[in-house]
Amino acid sequence: MVFDHLLFYVFGAVSVLGSLLVIGQRNPIYSVLALIVAFFGLSGLYVLLEAPFVAVVQIIIYAGAIMVLFLFVVMLLNVPREGASEWDRAHPFYRPWPPRIGALLALLLAAQLAWALSRTPGLGIGVADQRPAVSSVAELGRVLFTDYMFAFEVTSILIIVAMVGAVTLARKRED
Amino acid sequence: MAGILDWLTTPQTIFFLAVTMVVFVSLQLSAAVMVYAERKVSAFMQQRYGPYLVGPRGLLQPIADIVKLMFKEELKPKAADTLLFAAAPVISAIAAITAFAPVPFGASTTFFGLLPEPMPLMVADINVAVLVIFAVTSMGVYGIVLAGWSSNSKYSLLGGLRSSAQMISYELAYGMALATVVMIAGSLSLREIVDSQSGYWFGFIPRWFAFINPISFFVFTVAGIAETNRAPFDFPEAEQELVAGYHTEYSSMRFALFFLAEYINMVTVAAVAVNLFLGGWHGPFIPEAYGWVWFLIKLAALCFGYLWLRWTLPRFRYDQLMAFGWKVLLPAATVNLLLSAAGVLYFGL
Repeated sequence: MVFDHLLFYVFGAVSVLGSLLVIGQRNPIYSVLALIVAFFGLSGLYVLLEAPFVAVVQIIIYAGAIMVLFLFVVMLLNVPREGASEWDRAHPFYRPWPPRIGALLALLLAAQLAWALSRTPGLGIGVADQRPAVSSVAELGRVLFTDYMFAFEVTSILIIVAMVGAVTLARKRED
Repeated sequence: MAGILDWLTTPQTIFFLAVTMVVFVSLQLSAAVMVYAERKVSAFMQQRYGPYLVGPRGLLQPIADIVKLMFKEELKPKAADTLLFAAAPVISAIAAITAFAPVPFGASTTFFGLLPEPMPLMVADINVAVLVIFAVTSMGVYGIVLAGWSSNSKYSLLGGLRSSAQMISYELAYGMALATVVMIAGSLSLREIVDSQSGYWFGFIPRWFAFINPISFFVFTVAGIAETNRAPFDFPEAEQELVAGYHTEYSSMRFALFFLAEYINMVTVAAVAVNLFLGGWHGPFIPEAYGWVWFLIKLAALCFGYLWLRWTLPRFRYDQLMAFGWKVLLPAATVNLLLSAAGVLYFGL
């Protein structure tokens, strides 16, 4: 049990530090790699929650497929290192409006998160001890295709729409 | 402290550590054996002798190669990214070795009665083993892509880009072939998949999935060759156009790590194919407890097939590779998946 707690802090630290490194980098390739490290930390947390299927799918889809495409695009476009912008050196009160809106949204998100977490019952008293209701892959598939059929199919339609949209936008015009 | 010591000295823990060490060491030895076999097989096919000076019949040639590589100078291009340049070969090697962890290579054993209960001959008995192998294999592409980018050389970069495009294209067909087997066996655990292939039809045809679903076996083998960047799909390192592809700028032990990863990947793909399609450790004449002998025989046969292909087929053209992957292999795998699903549903395969 002590070992489990230790692993929780290790994986938690890996995912938090990885996520911080993603936005703390000037070099886009390093950002991509830091995000992959963060995904591995999350995957470890899923294993601790006794959800090995979710853990592996996290690696296959995010770290294995999506991030390879990210890396591919960053390398192919040869995105340069980000230099410090003009406004980066200016006084916080005299910066242009996009960063201000960003800061506002970030504050809003933090407030929402604090509100949601404060309302979650049983936080900090061993959520990991409650075993998940659905753990085996067979059971997961059955639940997904019976109880949550509608949500599942709607999500798939949403993804297809996004895919068709991307293809339409990227297609070369005939004329 | 005493608790940890007790845990460390139980027969199960010692057996587990021993199996892990055996797998780790024999994977690296298998790379040496494969290098020797490749040189001897290619020599046989081209009517040459191959290595014959170091040791009897040149058997010590791989060791001589490794010693030579260790004493070579480590070169690094001036404009290379130091951290990633060093990390790329390590990522490749780690992914290659880790992928073998959930692969069983023998029946459960009590090891001559030394263990209180039978334990499977594998490093990690995971219930989503097939997916774990798929995930770890797809991590291998990072080693190649990062090597290509961090070298800061156009040959390396093109090799890395080609490799990622190739691996993404063939992973789809590879995953479809895996899904077919998982569906027929009704399990994601490699141990259970192997066990569902025991027994015979009419007393002599083994119940291998390769016979139930030959298309899936073909797709898996072809996609496996493409995933491991072997000829005739070895575009990431096509000499005529790209010098040596992603490892152009690597020398000494860093180059050796890429080499090691390539051969270990080959062995792992062959081992997974043996477990998924050729009945793993099941076979006639040899008692169940020595099933690993059958596993090794089947593994050697598949690895020989790999070498045979490389030295008889010319390399594809790059557009042929992409057209084959997307227009032939993927549709075939998809139709096969649907047909197998119908078979499982209506005939209970």
